[in-house]
Amino acid sequence: MTILVLAEQRDGKVKKASYEAIKAASAVATQLNATVTAVLFGADEAAAKSLGGYGAAKTVFVADERLHFYANSAYVKSVAQIMEKEAADVVMLPATSLGKDLAPRLAVRIDGALAPDVTSIAVEDGAIVAQRPVYAGKSVIKVKINSAKQVFSLRPNVFSAGEASGTEAVVENFAPALDDADFVTKATGTTIASGKIDVAEANVIVSGGRGLQGPEHWPLIQGLADTLGAATGASRAVVDAGWRPHAEQVGQTGKTVSPNLYVACGISGAIQHLAGMSSSKCIVAINKDKDAPIFQVADYGIVGDVFEVVPALTEELKSFFGK
Amino acid sequence: MNIFVCVSHVPDTTTKVQVGGSGKEIDPSGVTYILNPYDEYAVEAGLQLKEARGGDVTLVCVGPEAVKETIRKGLAMGADKGIHVVTDAPRDSFGTARAITDALKDRAADAVFVGRQSIDYDGWQMCGLLGEMLGIPSISVVTKLDIAEDGTISAERDIEGGSETVTTKLPAVISAQKGLNDPRYPKLQGIMAAKRKPIEDVAPAPYENRVEVIEMTKPAIKEAGRIVGEGPAAVKDLVRLLHEEAKVI
Ligand SMILES: Cc1cc2nc3c(=O)[nH]c(=O)nc-3n(C[C@H](O)[C@H](O)[C@H](O)COP(=O)(O)OP(=O)(O)OC[C@H]3O[C@@H](n4cnc5c(N)ncnc54)[C@H](O)[C@@H]3O)c2cc1C
Ligand SMILES: Nc1ncnc2c1ncn2[C@@H]1O[C@H](COP(=O)(O)O)[C@@H](O)[C@H]1O
Repeated sequence: MTILVLAEQRDGKVKKASYEAIKAASAVATQLNATVTAVLFGADEAAAKSLGGYGAAKTVFVADERLHFYANSAYVKSVAQIMEKEAADVVMLPATSLGKDLAPRLAVRIDGALAPDVTSIAVEDGAIVAQRPVYAGKSVIKVKINSAKQVFSLRPNVFSAGEASGTEAVVENFAPALDDADFVTKATGTTIASGKIDVAEANVIVSGGRGLQGPEHWPLIQGLADTLGAATGASRAVVDAGWRPHAEQVGQTGKTVSPNLYVACGISGAIQHLAGMSSSKCIVAINKDKDAPIFQVADYGIVGDVFEVVPALTEELKSFFGK
Repeated sequence: MNIFVCVSHVPDTTTKVQVGGSGKEIDPSGVTYILNPYDEYAVEAGLQLKEARGGDVTLVCVGPEAVKETIRKGLAMGADKGIHVVTDAPRDSFGTARAITDALKDRAADAVFVGRQSIDYDGWQMCGLLGEMLGIPSISVVTKLDIAEDGTISAERDIEGGSETVTTKLPAVISAQKGLNDPRYPKLQGIMAAKRKPIEDVAPAPYENRVEVIEMTKPAIKEAGRIVGEGPAAVKDLVRLLHEEAKVI
């Protein structure tokens, strides 16, 4: 049995979420006596080999230039062809913007079903079971797919990729059979804010809320974030007020994040905010109200004024990092 | 133009949810339901397309009798009519998409709008499921949309760190992301008119869920963390704890 993992790269660099998915798939594969085959569109052979370090025995490498930019119809067709060639019934992929777009179309194409954005995956009685929070994190469901063909998308930053082992994957080149009609839908370009880490992919996030009182105080958040090498996030109150772009909003109607460290400054901790960040590994809250709900989920809290605590914390971290 | 907007009926996030007796879904008693917030952007996009090109906007919702309330909310915004696929048994996303696809089969849809996600199960699936089942293109998480006279679509969708420009052709499924537009508020007149707009009931074909919920549980309650201290004096201890105990710096 083979589990296929769709690895994702951007500008030739494999995304960390892909390593996480391969690693998680290998753990499942071990229990099912299966092997993991990765699929990589673009990048280069060295990148394709490197996927072996996380547990892929083989990488199916697709170098077709037409797939340089994402085209969901062409990607779906290609992956379906690879599944057939590899006799794979199960596909796992990171629940990134690409993965979330691709996974449902793929599930229908292969006449299977999708368990999206899962935060844990295991084998029970020979079947793959997955878990994920629903209803803004107010409950958790455990699901199983009853069709033979199964697609799982894995929430980024939740599964650990660990260190690469140094093992290389066997690379097999594959040219999917595609025609022009498969490219009716295609991405023609991307606009990426340069030098900025997206909150959805960041390991460390410093977020600000209405407690900051106005956009003119945002440099406090930025200063702490720069010191930590963090991305900046925001509550919806701040985004709605126009202080920060929607791309930075964390929460149910913003982005779901699970960094190693999440620092919430002047954020009350409304349920919709928690829905987006409560799976963070370590949460720090700074709030002047000791009864703010954010302290219920925080690992460490400081009760105090952000205008005093945040600059002091930034200074303390600077000396800690020897900056 | 035949414009369809799929709307979903979801619990308001501020209402309490409890796991129901089956242990597999929530107990709906005492829960306040709303029109899924992303579907407001989807309805608005449908209305704007109609205003630009003519035609009509039909809302589609799959669910029990109670979802009519949500269809009426969309009608109050200005949609022309509704299709209610009446189901009592909970359906997985695949089954919901199947039911919508069957309902749209003979209606020559030019454009189908859905929301980025429904805020109950946060599936983010419907756009792709419908696109594939209907055999037409799909673009998800759209923040900017331009549909030319000849049906060429140019859209921007959110991706990590920025946006992606995607082109395709009508008929297509589009999922609406916040930022796509400013949804209009229903006016009193619209609310009154909505009561008289037609909602067609449709019975779906039988369907067996492909994704089985084994159990629904309350999340493990995290122990409330530690208050390290008050004011700037506490930062030294915090940095030490982050380094020595949490090992995150
Ligand atoms: C359908 C729906 C979806 C939503 N989606 C999201 C979402 O995705 N993300 C999201 O964040 N919200 C979301 N919300 C909004 C959410 O309910 C809250 O309104 C929002 O999170 C509040 O933002 P806030 O914590 O910044 O502001 P507030 O709740 O106003 O909290 C400000 C906090 O700052 C503290 N404070 C004030 N001054 C200081 C100071 N000088 N020093 C220290 N602390 C100070 C206060 O004690 C308070 O706790 C959603 C709401 C709805 C209805
Ligand atoms: N039961 C339903 N009936 C009609 N449309 C739905 C239903 N559930 C979800 N949708 C649509 O699909 C979108 C995405 O939902 P989901 O994939 O469940 O997150 C929603 O914003 C709605 O537009």
